[in-house]
Amino acid sequence: MHSFINSSRPPAYCPGCSHEVVTRALDKAFSQMDLHETQVVIVSDIGCSGLFDTFFNTHAFHGLHGRALTYATGIKLARPDLHVVVTMGDGGLGIGGAHLLSTCRRNIDITLLILNNFNYGMTGGQFSATTPQDALMGSGFLNQIEKPMDACRVMRAAGASYVTRISAYQSDLSAEMEQAIRFNGFSAMDIWGICPGRYTRQNKTTFKTIQTGIESLPPYHGPVPENLREEYGEQYRQKASTQKPLPAPMEVARKFPALFNDRKEILILGSAGQRIVTAGEILSYAGLTAGLHATQKNDYPITVLRGHSACDVILSPDKIDYAGITAPDVILALGQEGIDRKKALFSTCREDTLVLVDSKAEIPDCRGTILSIDFKGKKIKRQDMAMAALSLLAQQKRLISPDMLETALGIRFKGSTLDGVLELVKQSAVLENNG
Amino acid sequence: MSLTLLEGNEAVAWGAHRAGCNFFAGYPITPATTILNTMMKILPPKGGICIQGEDEIASMGFCLGASMAGMKVMTATSGPGISLYSENISFAIGSEIPIVIIDVQRLGPSTGSATKGADGDIQFLRWGNSGGLPVIVLAPMDVTDCYLLTVHAFNLAESFRCPVFIASNKEIGMTRESLDLDAVALPPMVQRTIAPDNAPYLPFAITGISGIPDFMPVGGKTIARQTSSTHGPDGYITVDPEVISKNQARLCNKLEASLDTFTFYEEHMKEDAEVLVITYGISARSVMAAAKKCSASGTQVSVLALKTLWPIPEALIKKKASGYKRVLVVEMNLGQYVHEIRRILSDHSVGFLGQMDGNLITPSQIEEFITHA
Repeated sequence: MHSFINSSRPPAYCPGCSHEVVTRALDKAFSQMDLHETQVVIVSDIGCSGLFDTFFNTHAFHGLHGRALTYATGIKLARPDLHVVVTMGDGGLGIGGAHLLSTCRRNIDITLLILNNFNYGMTGGQFSATTPQDALMGSGFLNQIEKPMDACRVMRAAGASYVTRISAYQSDLSAEMEQAIRFNGFSAMDIWGICPGRYTRQNKTTFKTIQTGIESLPPYHGPVPENLREEYGEQYRQKASTQKPLPAPMEVARKFPALFNDRKEILILGSAGQRIVTAGEILSYAGLTAGLHATQKNDYPITVLRGHSACDVILSPDKIDYAGITAPDVILALGQEGIDRKKALFSTCREDTLVLVDSKAEIPDCRGTILSIDFKGKKIKRQDMAMAALSLLAQQKRLISPDMLETALGIRFKGSTLDGVLELVKQSAVLENNG
Repeated sequence: MSLTLLEGNEAVAWGAHRAGCNFFAGYPITPATTILNTMMKILPPKGGICIQGEDEIASMGFCLGASMAGMKVMTATSGPGISLYSENISFAIGSEIPIVIIDVQRLGPSTGSATKGADGDIQFLRWGNSGGLPVIVLAPMDVTDCYLLTVHAFNLAESFRCPVFIASNKEIGMTRESLDLDAVALPPMVQRTIAPDNAPYLPFAITGISGIPDFMPVGGKTIARQTSSTHGPDGYITVDPEVISKNQARLCNKLEASLDTFTFYEEHMKEDAEVLVITYGISARSVMAAAKKCSASGTQVSVLALKTLWPIPEALIKKKASGYKRVLVVEMNLGQYVHEIRRILSDHSVGFLGQMDGNLITPSQIEEFITHA
C-alpha cells in the first residue's frame, strides 16, 4: 500500500509514545482512502502533536499554539476540495478553546485529531485542560484544584456533528480515522494516549488504564444525531450565490453652480431619532451636486434612539484640509441633547452665523443671527425637523439651492420614501413665511 | 468632474476590491467595523469569502490559511485587535505570508475610547511582533489615500510576501468625505510570483534576484509546506546558524533595499521657508491648513507629509530636511515618530507637538506652535 510517510524524515518520538501509533494509523487511513498527497493538508500547532506535519509527505501548515483550527478553516474555505486534517494536543485544546467551540458551531469539513495525553509533554509535564485531578504533575498542585474538561462532551454541547472518543491502541483506529475524514462536516476524535517521556513517569498509564478511563465515561462514536446538518462551506457558497452585488460607489456629477466660493462649516444638532445624520448626508450630497467637496462627521452615543446626535458638515470648493469645525457658518439647533453636547462651539459663532433653533430648545448665548422656528406649531414632527430645516436653507438659498436639495434627495432616497421627503420639503415652505 | 461620498473605511474596502482581494476575515470593533460590513457586501456576491471570526486571533488565522492557499487576504481592526493579532503578525513576517492589515486607530491605552481618534499605534505596528523584523506601514491622510494606499498595500504584500499595514485613524475611517475616484491613479495589479513547475519546489528557496521566495499554494499540484518555526529553504526546522542568520538578514533586506519603490509622501515646500513640519495621517491636514494661515501672515512653512512610515524613509527625510533651521513633528500621540526623526536628523533642532485627548490637533494650535514656540 502507498504510504504517505515522509521517507526523508521518518517519524521520531520518545520511545513508547502513542503519537507514533497515531501517525501510523493516520498514514494507513490516507492509504485506505486512495488519496493523492496533494489532496491532503495537515495543519498542526505547537507541542509534540506539532511534529505530525513534518512526518507526512503532504501539504503542511504548522502554526501557533491552539490556532490550528483557524488556519485550517481559512484553507478549507479557500479550497473546499482538499482534505484538511488538524492535529492538536490537549494543550492546543485548552489554549485554543474559543476556536474549538466555534469550529464545532460552524460545522466546516475539517477533521480534528486531539492527541490527548493529559499533559504538556514538550515543556516538561505541566498540567493541561484534560489532566486528572489526582495526577502528579510538573506544575505542582495546580491540577488538583482545576476540574479537567471532557473534550467530547464540550464539543457535543458546542454543536459538533461528529465526535469519537478512542484509545490510540484500539486496533481499528485507522478505520475510525478514515470514517472521520470521510464525514462531510466537522469531525473530531479525542484520542487518548501515553506520554512516556513526561506523564507516565509519575502517573502509571497503560493500554488498559486508558481503555478503562474511556469506558468509565459516556461513549462517543461518530455522528452526533442532534447536531447533524449541512456543512458550513456548502451553506456559505449557497447563500453567497444568492447575494446581490453591491453597486459601485455612486458618482455625483456637478450639475449646479455653487452658491459660495469659500469653506463653509455647518453643525446639525439634535437628539437620536431626529435623522440628524441623514440630514448631514443630504447636505453633503447637495454640495456634491454643485461640485463642492464635503466632509461629514457624526457624533452619537452607543445607544440607539436615545441620547445626542450631532453632525459636522464642511462644504468647500477646494479640497478640505482640516475636517473639524472652527467657527460654524450655520448651526441647525434642533434638539437639546445635541446642543448641550456641542455648546462650546456656540461661542465661536460670528455675527453672520445663522443659528436656526427650534423654539422649544435652549441655546447658549452667542453672537450669531438667531432664527427661532416653532416646528411643533407648524405641525412638523420631531423626526422631520432636520429635513425641514434643510428645506428652509434651500428656500433662502443659504449654502444650497432647492435644485441641489431635490437632486440630493433623489440620490439618497428612492420610491415612496423619496415621495415622502419631497412632500415634506414642500410642506416646509410654511416655515419661511413665519421664520 | 464627478465626486463620490465615502467613509474612509468604505474606501479601504473598495480599494481592496480593486486590488483583487477575495478573502476577508475580521471581528467587529469600533472604529473599524464598517470595513467588515462593506466587505461582507462586496465579497460573497462575487465569489469571494468574508467571514467574522470568533475573535481577532481567529480572524488572522483564517486569513493566513487562506493566503497560503493562494487568496488575496485582508483583515481590519483597531488597537485592541492589533494586540491580539500580534502572534500571527510575527508568523506572517517570518514565514512570508502576504496579508493586508488595516488598523483604524482609536484612543488608547487598552480599550481606551472606541469613538475617539488617535495615532497611538505607530511604533506598536512596527515593533508589535516577536523578533522585531521590519514590516510595511502606510498612513493615509484622507479618504482618497484610503482607497489608493489599500491598492498599493495589496501590491506590496504580494510582491514582498509580508504583512502590510494601513495605519488609519477613526478621524479618517469614520469620516464621510468626497473623492474623485476617476482621478485616482491606481497602480497595475500585482500578483505574487508563482514558482515554475519544471523544477523541484523548496518553499523558501531564493532563486531570483528579488530575494523573495517564489510561491506555491498549499493545496496545489506541488507539495507546499508552511511553518512558523525557524526554517531553512525546504520549510523544515533548521538549527544551522548560518542558514538562520542569512534568512533573518534577507527578511530585513527584502523590504529595506526596495524602499525607494514604495516611499509615498506629499510635500508642500516653500523656497524661503525656515521651518519644515514633518507629519502624517489626519494631522497632516491640520498642518497644511496651518501652513496656509502662516503663509498669509508672512511666515513661510514647508510641509512633508509621509505616507510610508515603515520602513522609515531615512534618505527622503534627510534630503527634504536639508537647509531647514527648524524641523517640527506633529502627530496625534505623545511622541512616537518624532523619536525616529530626531535620530535621523540628529544635527537639527526637532520640535514636537502632540496631543492625546481624542481631539484633532487644530490648525490654530499648530500655527501658534510654529510662530511662538
